[in-house]
Amino acid sequence: MADFNLDNVDNMYFDVLKEIGNIGAGNAASSLAQILQTKVDMKVPRVELLDFDQIGAAIGGEEQIMAGIYVLVQGDITGSIMFLLEQHSAKSLVRKLMMGMATEGDDMNEMEQSALKEIGNIITGAYLNSLSALTNMTITESVPDLTIDMAGAILSVPAIEFGMVGDKMLMIQTNFTDDEEINGYFLLVPDLPSYSTLLKALGVMQ
Amino acid sequence: MGMLIKVGMADLKLCPKGQGITTLGLGSCVGVAIRDTATKDGGLAHVMLPDSTAIRNNSNIAKFADTGVKELVRQMEAKGAKRSRMTAKIAGGAKMFSFQNNSSLVNVGDRNVEAVKKVLAELKIPILAQDTGLNFGRTVEFFPESGDFVIKAVGKPVKTI
Repeated sequence: MADFNLDNVDNMYFDVLKEIGNIGAGNAASSLAQILQTKVDMKVPRVELLDFDQIGAAIGGEEQIMAGIYVLVQGDITGSIMFLLEQHSAKSLVRKLMMGMATEGDDMNEMEQSALKEIGNIITGAYLNSLSALTNMTITESVPDLTIDMAGAILSVPAIEFGMVGDKMLMIQTNFTDDEEINGYFLLVPDLPSYSTLLKALGVMQ
Repeated sequence: MGMLIKVGMADLKLCPKGQGITTLGLGSCVGVAIRDTATKDGGLAHVMLPDSTAIRNNSNIAKFADTGVKELVRQMEAKGAKRSRMTAKIAGGAKMFSFQNNSSLVNVGDRNVEAVKKVLAELKIPILAQDTGLNFGRTVEFFPESGDFVIKAVGKPVKTI
């Protein structure tokens, strides 16, 4: 039984992981659309095997200010899921949700941040629920945490986890937009051993 | 001022004479800037994890505080710098989220800072200034000619240490 190895990722595995992104992010995007009562479009998911110095550039540049909602994935697989929004998008989203009660500008007060965390909680939950249904595995999530900072600093958090096993990070990335001003990403970053677990549960790995 | 030389995550570089060197978006990683005060040459390392001996796959020596700092010093010495004249400035080591997925990485930012301090002490390189810890990311720019270490963070004034 070959273990999943970052130096030798089978192309078929890439396709299957993309499909996981498709189903998970699809579900998350539709729950976001429901909350906001707007149409949310999702781009084709990308499975990215990135060197550490490419990570920041993958999401708009290391210094792009983003709101990152970080949720731990627990249960039969472990890892993390992140919901990332450009700062302006994050505020637009909160504004839509709070219907006129939000403050001006792109900064967010405590209540607004808490609203954003709650959105993150719901839609990462939708992502993981569909993954759980698809694989028949128990997958739960932690409470969300939010930080607003440079993309490079936010993404270094999952990167460091991969730093313990190698020099590359593998993630399933999906970009989504609404018709107006929301632009963001879902990043599913399973721990390395969980990739094998996922691929086995889906029957593509022995 | 020309383009700055860019150092990636888990990477280190020497700064060409008279230029500047940068690393963007340090989270819990630590940027270590070292300078020979006489030749005014310097370099920058972006270390990610504290201890190479705790990890099996440790071939990338720039990734770890212990091996990364030593390698930067070695490369500077190979270019004629003297360790007895070296000084250091460090930044980063933040805690970006209140929890971390992998329990062995709890407080990795603090541990990175401690590990960098430890190896600099071993090498007898004094730390002139630092901007570490707390909960925000930092971009740093280092100018070995003047020794200026410029730190930029979201929503905070730029500071030079």
